[in-house]
Amino acid sequence: MTTITRPAVHKRGTADRIKKSMVSGKLAAVLILLPPALIMFSLFVILPLADAAYYSGFSWNGYGSPTNFVGTQNYERLFDHSVFHTALSNTAKLILVSLIIQMPLALGLALLVYRKTPTNTLFRLVFFLPYILAEVAAGLIWSFVFDGDYGITAMMFQSLGQESIYVLADRQWAFPAIMTVIVWKYFGFHMMIYIAALQSVPKDLIEAAKLEGAKPRQVAMFVQIPLIKHAIVVSGFFAIIGSLQIFDIIIPLTNGGPSNSTHTIVTYLYTFGLSRLNIGFGSAAAVVLFVLAMGIALFYQRATAKGERS
Amino acid sequence: MTSATTRNTLRVIILILVASVVIGPLLASFFGGFKSNAELRTNPLWLPASWNPENYIEIFLDGSFWRYMGNSFFISSMTVFLTLVVGAAAAYVFSQIRFFGSKMILSYLLLGLMFPFAAAILPLFIKVRDLGLLDTYWAVILPQTAFGLSLAILLFKAFFDQLPKELFEAAYVDGCSYLRFFWSFTLPLSTPILATVGVFVFVQSWNNFLLPLVVINDRSLYTWPLGMMQFQGEYLTQWNMILAFVTLTITPAVIFFLAAQKYIVAGLTGGSVKG
Repeated sequence: MTTITRPAVHKRGTADRIKKSMVSGKLAAVLILLPPALIMFSLFVILPLADAAYYSGFSWNGYGSPTNFVGTQNYERLFDHSVFHTALSNTAKLILVSLIIQMPLALGLALLVYRKTPTNTLFRLVFFLPYILAEVAAGLIWSFVFDGDYGITAMMFQSLGQESIYVLADRQWAFPAIMTVIVWKYFGFHMMIYIAALQSVPKDLIEAAKLEGAKPRQVAMFVQIPLIKHAIVVSGFFAIIGSLQIFDIIIPLTNGGPSNSTHTIVTYLYTFGLSRLNIGFGSAAAVVLFVLAMGIALFYQRATAKGERS
Repeated sequence: MTSATTRNTLRVIILILVASVVIGPLLASFFGGFKSNAELRTNPLWLPASWNPENYIEIFLDGSFWRYMGNSFFISSMTVFLTLVVGAAAAYVFSQIRFFGSKMILSYLLLGLMFPFAAAILPLFIKVRDLGLLDTYWAVILPQTAFGLSLAILLFKAFFDQLPKELFEAAYVDGCSYLRFFWSFTLPLSTPILATVGVFVFVQSWNNFLLPLVVINDRSLYTWPLGMMQFQGEYLTQWNMILAFVTLTITPAVIFFLAAQKYIVAGLTGGSVKG
């Protein structure tokens, strides 16, 4: 009798012990592994964003604690400032150029090089190269290209027998020049997203369309592009969120000039908030940026979710 | 057949045109570093008349170039190390252990995927200052890590979820704890994703400009983008020197990219496809 029951008791005891130690082991693991991420994320991401909302109610130079509560005055000043209007409309232009010029360009090139051949791989690498360069380095190289005395545009003007212009010091041309650099810098990234998607389109679908007599353009329009809709939606999202945050590349190119005509939201908040230590005012601009980013993200998600369902 | 050939010719012509616009400014900057400023004025684009490495050598012999590179290398390496350790640890918890509230905490940590970093820059400056970290490497490393965590956790968790569950059960019966298992099984099995995230974080950190600009004033701590802007401010229109400097700073990035392109592309597009 005992020889039969004993192992059973023993077994249950072991199971209990394992269970118990598993629970305490779990607890220990959670308490050791999770807090570092939670603390860092809260301290350096969530808290600063909450602080920005708080500071935006004060007139504060960053020293001592904020005491001079001014209500919505910072926001009123912000929306009265013509340079902020310029910054908003420049940011909107960047979004439009990304969506209307950059993405179709990237898609077209993706269709040309998505097949896995050695030459295609080479072109892909070249097109992607600007994306991995630091924005400031890219900006500096292009500020040479656009230089009115030394640059490549100067050489072009001269060879046409024209007086060269200082592209980046010209109110009319400075921002289009910046947009050119931005397309140059980022189209490769979008192209890579499309290529990854195009390579996963089943080959027999394309073959079937070809057998039915579809031309390459028709295959692209009616088979490939509809099938990579999700990738296009994702890249559109990155294009918008990225455009909202353009900063680095402006600094070496124009630094916001000439006469404040090329600011974006972020260069604005840096120039008028941080470098002049108007922390409250700059925080108001940060809050506007945050609200815009979240608002557009949510709107975009809804709009595209609807589009994808239908 | 002929239409297919002409189409292909057209395709190659377009690709070569785009490629030269992409590469042109980079080559011009590499060539420009070998030229004199006078030569640059008449020939900004093509090969130099003579390959005179003077400018490059001058920068190489100047200690501050190496200092900037060293600072950037240390900051980027530490950011990668911290992001991998802290991010993988958290992702392991979400992947292996179910507990009350775990889903909510995960969504909280993933909020960072949507937040624009620049919106936090002013309060970050205040926070870093109040913590006494201004003009230290940590002023860059810690916020960078924090902002990289969301994507790291997302990618790590997706990878850990695919590891076979039987492995853990077997190890557990043999008396292996969660912590031991994380260290001796999960991490070694995850080298592909660790490499992908690591390379991605490294590139981001190496190129970062806004954060170091705001939290570092001491020139001896400058990262290379800050050093480059400083250099440009000193040399103004001496474009040959500036182009040499830019070329030297982007060369490691280009070599690194060619060596690790598989991981870079996977990291950049992988996050987008899963997210």
